[in-house]
Amino acid sequence: MSVDMSPSIALVVTIGVLVAAGVYLVLERSLTRIIVGIVLLGNGVNLLLLVSGGAAGGAPIIGLTPEDEMTDPLPEALILTAIVITLGMTAFLLALAYRSWQLHGHDEVQDDVEDRRIAYLAARDELAFADTDTETVVPDLEEEAHEVRDETESLLLLVGEEGLVDVPVEAARPEASEGGSEQASDGGTEGEDR
Amino acid sequence: MTLDFLVPLPAILPLFGAGLALAMWRSQKAQFAISVAVLTVVLAASVAMLVTVGDVPMVVDVGGWAVPVGIDVVVDRLSALMLTVSSAVFLCVLLYSMAQGLADGGEDTPVAIYHPTYLVLAAGVSMAFVAGDLFNLFVAFEVLLASSYVLITLGGTGERIRSGTIYIAVALVSSVIFLAGIALVYASTGTVNLAQLAQRIPEIDPGVAQVLQLLLLLAFGIKAAVFPLHAWLPDSYPTAPAPVTAVFAGLLTKVGVYAIIRTQTLLFPGGAADTLLLWLALATMLVGILGAVAQDDVKRLLSFTLVSHIGYMIFGIALSSHAGLTGAIFYVAHHITVQTTLFLVVGLIERRGGTTSLDRLGGLAKLAPGLAILFFIPAMNLSGIPPLSGFLGKLGLLQAGVADASPLAWALVVGGVVTSLLTLYAIVKAWNKAFWQVPPAPLEGASLPRGMVGPTAALVLFGLGLTVFAGPLYGFTERAASTLRDPEVYITAVLPDGERGRGESVEVAEGGEHG
Repeated sequence: MSVDMSPSIALVVTIGVLVAAGVYLVLERSLTRIIVGIVLLGNGVNLLLLVSGGAAGGAPIIGLTPEDEMTDPLPEALILTAIVITLGMTAFLLALAYRSWQLHGHDEVQDDVEDRRIAYLAARDELAFADTDTETVVPDLEEEAHEVRDETESLLLLVGEEGLVDVPVEAARPEASEGGSEQASDGGTEGEDR
Repeated sequence: MTLDFLVPLPAILPLFGAGLALAMWRSQKAQFAISVAVLTVVLAASVAMLVTVGDVPMVVDVGGWAVPVGIDVVVDRLSALMLTVSSAVFLCVLLYSMAQGLADGGEDTPVAIYHPTYLVLAAGVSMAFVAGDLFNLFVAFEVLLASSYVLITLGGTGERIRSGTIYIAVALVSSVIFLAGIALVYASTGTVNLAQLAQRIPEIDPGVAQVLQLLLLLAFGIKAAVFPLHAWLPDSYPTAPAPVTAVFAGLLTKVGVYAIIRTQTLLFPGGAADTLLLWLALATMLVGILGAVAQDDVKRLLSFTLVSHIGYMIFGIALSSHAGLTGAIFYVAHHITVQTTLFLVVGLIERRGGTTSLDRLGGLAKLAPGLAILFFIPAMNLSGIPPLSGFLGKLGLLQAGVADASPLAWALVVGGVVTSLLTLYAIVKAWNKAFWQVPPAPLEGASLPRGMVGPTAALVLFGLGLTVFAGPLYGFTERAASTLRDPEVYITAVLPDGERGRGESVEVAEGGEHG
């Protein structure tokens, strides 16, 4: 059973143009353009499905067309399904674009704010927040290393901290928590400003 | 044989249930009853199939039409396992979300469409697991994606619209790629039936076959969030309501992984893309976990670990060995459970602490010790602490990698261990900040309703069950892997005479060959 699979050049060129235009539009920022892009892409691929069924022939009805001149009906069934799906998705996307316009006054696809905030913190080599659970805020590790040389002493200090959590933590908390929350909120707002 | 009628049920019942629930939109109670009943029956049917399915897959030719003409639904061991785990997860998350909705007074969620959409999502996921036809798989993807679009933008708040837009645009592009793949598959083989494709793809030009393989991998890779196609996931999942995120994180990416397993083992068993997949697995693990380490929001942190651990499954698949596939399947079952559980727990944390930001959370171990236990067990499970199922899954994969013994496999073994340790680091960071540190400001959270804690605890127990019964489960996944690695089994089950299925068709009646 050999099927004539050489496609019409007009269809191939159309598929190429539709897909190229679709890809270009999908890469845009505006949701409306993305919708148009996806519709074009979808139509391009539907045509590809049509071509995948081989050359066109007569209606695939027994008695109407000789069997070897029939068009392959399966791709057409697949295309119908795909068209319906694309239609539904387009409608949903349009509703989404409208909602976005309602809420923001535009339909631009925005970046992930949180992602940029973290990237910004990383670029400044800053902690996302300062832990308020530690007793004293140590400015930097080197300084701490200079202060704490004696291992036994530092161990004692640690034990002391563990054992007497209530007293020193309560004493140190106000400044520590203030510093901590300030730093965190600073990072947050600056990140969003950017 | 006699239980074959169960095969289409997991896909059909939720669809009927969805229609019924939509018709009953006035009564929340009726909708709830329908959803619970439907999902319970689906769970029972899946368990029944899990128990009965043998070496020969269960096949139903839909509508009685013989296979290449009609379509078929197939359940083998892998499908049965996926169906069981997914329906258990669906049921638990539904109960959880209902408790949350009731506790919130339902002002946040438009409950009238929640149940129908949720059931359609369940139908789509099940349909993907039973699809015996590439186009049917596409339709299943569309069904589950369409409902996921609705769920991820539920309520239509600004942030959800923003992240939903990205999710939907990416998903649509992957659907278009999948459809183009189907068109090319049909053009080169003249069929979209998986069994027939398994017969015909070895006969076509290897170059063409490789293009088809890569195109399908690209489409499924986007769904499964494999590096470098993962960037949409950590951005879009965290903004959705907690139960929705939980079910997405647990199941949607795994549907992509399932599709990769199915196509790689059945259609392209040669392993032509293995080297590429191994590199991608390594990159997925490391990039994902490094992303997780940087986050200071629990939901985002977990989304990144989700991406990272997809790498383990791809690793197992790409080894193309019995042990690798066994480990991958076990890991899928483990990861669905543990990831869903963690997201549900994070929903509880959000409720108790009023936020998911690790900057603002703190002291939850004292405030809610039960919650701490619920978080701790699946968290340790995720990072692979012995003796939990995460450890067993990783161990299986690492053993398979060592057995492979190629330099790249060794690199992946090392990468897997590093990822596991970094997961532990990220999880411990989350634990320290959310549960141990003194909160910067007092937490403004509500109390935890029992209806939300119950299903979460049930899933934690289910995860522990996977650990306790890891032996039998591992044996089961081993048998599933051997079935998968022999495409002939699948082909003969679907096409007993090599050409036609068991249903009716004129030619077959004339040929008189079928049983």
